[in-house]
Amino acid sequence: MKMKRDGSNVLITLIAGLAIAATSLHAGEDLSKWLRPDAVPAPKDNQITPERVELGTFLYFDTRLSRDGTVSCATCHNEANGWSDGLPKAIGIEGREGPRNSPTVLNTAYQIRQFWDGRAKTLEEQALGPIEADVEMDMDLDELLKRLNKIEGYKALFEKAYPGEGITRDTLAKAIATFERTVVSTEAPFDRYIKGDKSAIDENAKKGFALFTGKAHCTDCHDGFNFTDGSFHNLGLGDADEGRYGLKKRAAWFHAFKTPTLRDVTKSGPYFHDGSIKTLAEATAVCGNGGRFPNSEKVSPLIVDRGLNQEELELLVDFLKTLEGEPLNIKEPTEFPQ
Amino acid sequence: MMKPVVMLASALTLSMSLYAAEHVINQKDKAFAPGTMKVKVGDKIIFKNNDGFAHNAFSDNEANEFDIGMQKPGQDVSIEMKKPGKVEVECAIHPNMHMTIEVVE
Repeated sequence: MKMKRDGSNVLITLIAGLAIAATSLHAGEDLSKWLRPDAVPAPKDNQITPERVELGTFLYFDTRLSRDGTVSCATCHNEANGWSDGLPKAIGIEGREGPRNSPTVLNTAYQIRQFWDGRAKTLEEQALGPIEADVEMDMDLDELLKRLNKIEGYKALFEKAYPGEGITRDTLAKAIATFERTVVSTEAPFDRYIKGDKSAIDENAKKGFALFTGKAHCTDCHDGFNFTDGSFHNLGLGDADEGRYGLKKRAAWFHAFKTPTLRDVTKSGPYFHDGSIKTLAEATAVCGNGGRFPNSEKVSPLIVDRGLNQEELELLVDFLKTLEGEPLNIKEPTEFPQ
Repeated sequence: MMKPVVMLASALTLSMSLYAAEHVINQKDKAFAPGTMKVKVGDKIIFKNNDGFAHNAFSDNEANEFDIGMQKPGQDVSIEMKKPGKVEVECAIHPNMHMTIEVVE
């Protein structure tokens, strides 16, 4: 069969080459699961377009989406803080403290459940929640739609992004979700290593990666390109938050929270759903050595004391640092639609 | 002395259990296998955890609602399909894991 020498063939050859490199880096071990997917997933009825990204960007950074005009999505999920806010718990309008740490928005496009307790399946389902939450933006959605409909600039942008659909809950959620799908991790040293550049990470990080996939069992939960399999676990932190159990009294969901991505994890502390862990070193020790109260029956059976010593914990942190990519440098609008 | 209705019901139950089949669903590499299955009312589903960590299986479908709780590595759990209907099964720990059982008369 004669193959045309066009762009798609070059891409296929490149992907095949990367897969071979990923397989051969660690003899016999298939590392291709760590490679970035070819495309960012988006639902059929909300494909990513430049018009939707433009609209979503304005909405994400616009404080007028909150009741008193002081808080935007970016207040609690900004790039400087790893798409979180650097605080133990989220702070909404009027200084109101939320019950949980602000989860990073990074790579949420790849997740099958949103929020710490996974109560939303899609970014479209998730996007309006913080706007309405009284401890976040505390904005009545009907009032917000009226507010947006009075802004000519937004009316034009919605029409360009979603022709004929108007400014509705649906289009508002879709636009914000589209912006969130642009918040994806950039290539990190680990990615270059997986593609075959053996010098992309140092020897300590390589040892840390071996621990990560071996003795420490991190991949039991932090698996695949996004370093999470989307699973829910009780880390046994000892706080009152019942997590996913609050959605339904299912035994496996008692105090269970979603496994977060580890991409750019160096930037998104403090860690865990209660923001109680300040450093990556502490987080690694808690996860790797059986939770805050090791061997407690209240901890998920996947959180086991692996007997990691200080040197091994440090090697794991060395590896996690190689998951940090270059900044996305998404520009916050300086002027908003009027 | 047993009433005839009770005797008939007991005989039917005995006869159903004699013909009930067992079907294995493996939980391996964070996936259910097979992904779909067709069984008869009264058949038993055996969930086998072949991964090195805990799993779960539950269904919220009204016809055959169940939740096997926290399932240890290597543990088998058997569930009887009692009514006809479509049964969507998911792992409460790993929402990526889901499969469908069609239960017929």
